[in-house]
Amino acid sequence: MSDNVVKLHYDIDAEDFTTAGEASSGVKKTLTRLGVNPEVIKRVSIAMYEAEINAVIHANGGVADVEITPERVTVVISDRGPGIPNVDKAMTPGWSTASNTVRELGFGAGMGLPNMKRYTDEMYVESEVGVGTKVTLIVNIVS
Amino acid sequence: MLKVSEIVKILDAEVLTGHENMDLEIYSGCGADLMSDVMAFVKESVILCTGLVNPQVVRTAEMMDIKVLCFVRGKIPGEAVIELAKEKGITVIATQQPLFICCGLLYSNGIKGRGVWD
Ligand SMILES: Nc1ncnc2c1ncn2[C@@H]1O[C@H](COP(=O)(O)OP(=O)(O)OP(=O)(O)O)[C@@H](O)[C@H]1O
Ligand SMILES: [Mg+2]
Repeated sequence: MSDNVVKLHYDIDAEDFTTAGEASSGVKKTLTRLGVNPEVIKRVSIAMYEAEINAVIHANGGVADVEITPERVTVVISDRGPGIPNVDKAMTPGWSTASNTVRELGFGAGMGLPNMKRYTDEMYVESEVGVGTKVTLIVNIVS
Repeated sequence: MLKVSEIVKILDAEVLTGHENMDLEIYSGCGADLMSDVMAFVKESVILCTGLVNPQVVRTAEMMDIKVLCFVRGKIPGEAVIELAKEKGITVIATQQPLFICCGLLYSNGIKGRGVWD
């Protein structure tokens, strides 16, 4: 409650693909409870869900830290996965290294990162090969 | 536009959850097996027709505020998937029709909306 800031933390487990998305679902629930504009909620939910799925399918899981203020929602998803060798290339719509197994699960269109970009006001991807990836997603509540 | 009850009749579908939502009106549709494509191209609330039956289809619908899911080609999801949809208030139906025919039937019977970004 301090200064109207809500902070949430989630572990993103990669053991079980069926539970992927629970963090994003939790954030959606919280934003709904806080009475945030539905359009903002949808943008945060989709962008975070894409990042969460990426952490599961490309990086063996990670963590999500979310900060909600009256001005904006900030989502940070970090993992200790393989990293992205060329972020610009990875941002290209349709570019994907997803395996056939991942495709059979319904992912691997190469649209996740472009979707995050489209649905957020600010997006930062920091990645180092062999170290991990950190994706920061910011959606403004009041512009 | 079609009501869910009409969709069920046209596709000879089985209602797996959401029996109380048969009067819901659907204006546009989307057929896809890749969830990020759904999130990239779909804008409005639609009926999502798909051959995938894992929980991520329900998650995608949840994030996108999609109210109706139609599983095609006679695929029936596991109990956990149906439970998740029920919990999220998402109506789920299942048809024997393949995806192409399913979309064609819905289109020719009145769901003409694109529901996509331009
Ligand atoms: N957290 C990550 N760790 C390692 N590589 C990643 C990570 N996120 C994305 N990538 C790389 O960037 C590529 C593009 O990611 P993007 O989310 O756009 O598409 P995708 O996950 O392959 O498919 P989609 O998101 O459409 O299901 C991935 O195929 C993968 O090679
Ligand atoms: Mg992705």
